Amino acid sequence: MELKLITAIIKPFKIDDVKAGLKTVGVDGLTVTEVHGFGRQRGHTEVYRGAEYEIDFVPKLKLEIITNANQVDEIVNALVASASTGSIGDGKIWVSPLETVVRVRTDERGSDAI
Amino acid sequence: MNTTDTLWVILSAALVLFMTPGLALFYGGMVRSKNVLAIMMNSLAAMAVVTVIWVAIAGSLSFGDDLGGGLLGNLSLAGLAHIPSSLPGLSGVHASSLSVLLYQMMFAIITAALISGGTTDRIKFSSFVVLISIWTVAVYAPLAHWVFSPNGWLAHRGVLDFAGGTVVEINSGFSTLAVVLVLGPRKGWPRDSMTPHSVPLSLLGLGILWFGWLGFNGGSSLAMNDVAVSAVLNTQLAAAAGLIGWLIYERTTEHYATTLGAASGGVAGMVAITPCAGFVQPYAALIIGLIAGLACAKAVRMKFKLGIDDSLDVLGVHGVGGVIGMVLLGLFATKSINPAGADGLLQGGGFALLADELLAIVVTASFAFGVTWLIAQAISKTIGLRVSEEDELKGLDLTQHAESAYSGGGSGRFSS
Repeated sequence: MELKLITAIIKPFKIDDVKAGLKTVGVDGLTVTEVHGFGRQRGHTEVYRGAEYEIDFVPKLKLEIITNANQVDEIVNALVASASTGSIGDGKIWVSPLETVVRVRTDERGSDAI
Repeated sequence: MNTTDTLWVILSAALVLFMTPGLALFYGGMVRSKNVLAIMMNSLAAMAVVTVIWVAIAGSLSFGDDLGGGLLGNLSLAGLAHIPSSLPGLSGVHASSLSVLLYQMMFAIITAALISGGTTDRIKFSSFVVLISIWTVAVYAPLAHWVFSPNGWLAHRGVLDFAGGTVVEINSGFSTLAVVLVLGPRKGWPRDSMTPHSVPLSLLGLGILWFGWLGFNGGSSLAMNDVAVSAVLNTQLAAAAGLIGWLIYERTTEHYATTLGAASGGVAGMVAITPCAGFVQPYAALIIGLIAGLACAKAVRMKFKLGIDDSLDVLGVHGVGGVIGMVLLGLFATKSINPAGADGLLQGGGFALLADELLAIVVTASFAFGVTWLIAQAISKTIGLRVSEEDELKGLDLTQHAESAYSGGGSGRFSS
């Protein structure tokens, strides 16, 4: 079966909601990375002794989920539903094709390794 | 020798010594994490190097018999080997002479350490050590003699300075300005973000400074008496009022009351009360602290317009706060608190004291700036003051001290 990589950038404080939402659609593994970046949200301003600093890079979490292609829509919908707050800076999701997946312990390949 | 007075002076010496590691934390929190060890090392270096220089020579140049004209002490106390029962001009002091010299050593240490607040993130460690070594002898000791020794020419004129508004505060402020002008700004300043890496560290440092300052000012009575109590109370009041003043400035001009502003305001209040602590009424301490908090909050914001990278605002807080304290002492000093003092302008004493205080401000600022500038130039032209651009970018912790503050063992990222 065709494999896909779903990458999602979310607000850090939404991680527990997203984890719960993904479980309901059967996702039983994901990788989380702390990242910084900016999009339309831009950053924020901090003031130290009157010196204003524009903090451009906002902390976000990056989620990576490997899945069979036929589950992509369900997972993306779950991500959108659980990660959304409706305000600017909620993040992005993108889906990319995946060559193969290998489970290191058993050397299983492809869908069996998910 | 009076044992109670001696006990108070020794206890105060310990309090003042503790201020220097407090300063290291206060400053350390405000720099980027790649330079925190380096700036703390500057304070540690001052604790070690100035101690040795003070005992060897600087203590004697400050408090030894006057060489003439009230300009410098002689070497009668060098090595602290032969200590008279009372120091020259201080026959009214009943604390042991050695305890007074020990106490005064701690002032020299923290004044030298203060300079690191301007030079941080770019000065070579070796050059900082050479700088404060020469500076303690050539700048600090003469000023201490002029003001703290009753035989000094400024003290003899009638200048009042209870605990070092000139010798410590104005001196450190203008000495730092001189070094900073020779050194130049940090690479990327003011364009790049140079936010404090740990404000909680700075707040802990402020707590230690506040605690120690009670002994810094209280101990300067050199006796366990009513003046000491006034000095401690006034220090507390001015710190509180300074903190409030700084926050009022921030809230009214920038809409936020910051924790670093609160800490800075406390320091500004204590800087300004330093010359006044044992000479003024409690209400005056509140006014002095409040004015210092407001004025120093304004002062630190001016360095960006002036283009001078006094990185942690030694001039803006200690220089400006010291000047404010000395001027206001000329208004608020009263003999009702300290019979050995004088009455200021608002206490019916006329302009005499104010004029002396203004003279002391100008003399201290010019002398400190001028001589320190010469020392900094000499170091810059010989061994160099500044690290290489590459080392500055990597950070001084790694390039000057072969350490990193928060990820020991290389990058630390891939260790388990």
